[in-house]
Amino acid sequence: MNLNPAIPRDLLLSLLPELVLTGWALVLLLFVAWRHRTVRDLRIAGWLTLLALVSTAIAIWWLWWNRAGVRGVVSMIAADDFRWVADWVFVGAATLTVLISFTYLEREELLAPEYHVLLLFGTLGMMLMAAGADLIVIFLALELMSVAVYVLGGFDRRRARSAEAALKYFLLGAFASGFLLYGIALVYGATGTTNLILIGAQLSSAVRPSAMLLAGLALLIVGFGFKIAAVPFHMWAPDVYDGAPTPITAFMATGVKAAAFAALFRVMYQAFAAVPAWHEIMWWLAVITMSGGNLFALGQRSVKRMLAYSSVAHAGYVLVAVTAGGVAGTSAFLVYIVAYTLMSLGAFAVLIAKGRAGESDVTIDDLSGLAARRPWLAFALAVCMLSLLGFPGTAGFIGKWYILIAATSAGQNTLAAILVLTSVVSAGYYLPVIMAMYMKPEPIEAAHVDVRLDRWARAAVAVVVVGLLLFGVWPNRLFDLARSAGDSVHAVGTTTAAP
Amino acid sequence: MLLSPALAISAVLFTLGVAGVLLRRNAIVIFMCVELMLNAVNLTFVALAQSLGLGGQVFVFFVMAVAAAEAAVGLAIILAVYRHKQSVSLQNMNLLKDG
Repeated sequence: MNLNPAIPRDLLLSLLPELVLTGWALVLLLFVAWRHRTVRDLRIAGWLTLLALVSTAIAIWWLWWNRAGVRGVVSMIAADDFRWVADWVFVGAATLTVLISFTYLEREELLAPEYHVLLLFGTLGMMLMAAGADLIVIFLALELMSVAVYVLGGFDRRRARSAEAALKYFLLGAFASGFLLYGIALVYGATGTTNLILIGAQLSSAVRPSAMLLAGLALLIVGFGFKIAAVPFHMWAPDVYDGAPTPITAFMATGVKAAAFAALFRVMYQAFAAVPAWHEIMWWLAVITMSGGNLFALGQRSVKRMLAYSSVAHAGYVLVAVTAGGVAGTSAFLVYIVAYTLMSLGAFAVLIAKGRAGESDVTIDDLSGLAARRPWLAFALAVCMLSLLGFPGTAGFIGKWYILIAATSAGQNTLAAILVLTSVVSAGYYLPVIMAMYMKPEPIEAAHVDVRLDRWARAAVAVVVVGLLLFGVWPNRLFDLARSAGDSVHAVGTTTAAP
Repeated sequence: MLLSPALAISAVLFTLGVAGVLLRRNAIVIFMCVELMLNAVNLTFVALAQSLGLGGQVFVFFVMAVAAAEAAVGLAIILAVYRHKQSVSLQNMNLLKDG
């Protein structure tokens, strides 16, 4: 099904998942305006959110199944396999977040169903970011996502840590938006357009890029660098991830980061493929992000902070895929982000079961003897840790292996070597978690008595573990999906640049 | 003809905004500096739109709307922090740190 966005019906069709989600979010907003006091209202809002996400996923599936695409036309909205796969990741991350939020919100007495509305609007922003084929759409989607997540980060406003995290996130996020916006303005000045494909077509015919364009590109990379928490721009990430409510930390570490990377891929490979300057910048960003993230994570005692730094390190691994580029790099990114979303959400879900009041004070030693008292929970956390480490048999290994293949086939052997070395370093903080759970005794008899998940969070953790092990031994279907998605991003640049 | 001076002024304004964010310690002043950055970008867009067509001017309206939304959320967050600390200085933001 080829869609021409100049026709209103086709335009609406190409935005179908976003429209479905917007409709649900508005309905939920109205519901919340009337009913927002009791635990029951909160539960109903949660169920409506799940319904909204499921119907959005069905809309995405329908478009994917019918091979809907905007081909051969310059449009503000891209419709290709890359977008559908990225959308599934966002919707999946949001669904798992809702599942692990049910008891969390009641336990921490956050009885405000607006939480779910903001989650939906954040997801909507992410989906539009992956869909944006124009810098205007990408900027607006980024802001839609960010503003919703600023509020979610400070949702537990009665705790000083949560409010402080929200303030830091907001100030640095707005600062980063300023850089991104100035970058967009300069690129617009140099090329006269904000459409990614038109920029790409113009740059491929230009002899050499102007200074204005290079300055704009550099500012764009700084702006994206903040959003994905690459190392020189990562200083907000550990504090914000630490202070935010834990389900939101999981959402930020997976969905928000995946959305920023999806937009980065589209911008870099559809608009700036002809400018070689940024490859070297990405190379250095990848190297310092991988080494910095892993080294800082080694020094953390709090599990939540350790996971925050580990998320910085994983952004570095994905940056290797960005540097490698091509169809292989793009599909490696998608495979990795699926694996990372699962393992990171799983780890945070188990942390929620163990911790109380923001989970900041759970240290690795606090997990001692968890395997004896709660064998299944310990097993789930162990699978997530091994997958984060990249242990064979888990999805994390498949993801890293695919990135390594993309890097070596692009001639980036040094980068691949650094990825392997820093992964070895990361064993220094993932394995102590497993050792504490399985090899150390419980400090006191009742240490883990109140460690439990409700049935929905248990279902989420079960999905994560099954997914990680399934993709770890049988990744073929995921590979195929990611490969066709990778093709679709790069096909656009070549077909429209020709005439 | 007017293009380069306008671009130069907006570049200076943007730099002032960045310097303000990096040097000042009061959350509200930092937020004002961020707004200065956004308005410097608006000036760039309007200046470029003189020769490049309407696209740049349309962008300015989007930026203004986004800046307003950010201000609403940002001031609410600053207020929430003030209730805890009786201060909006970043020097007092010391609950979250490594260790």
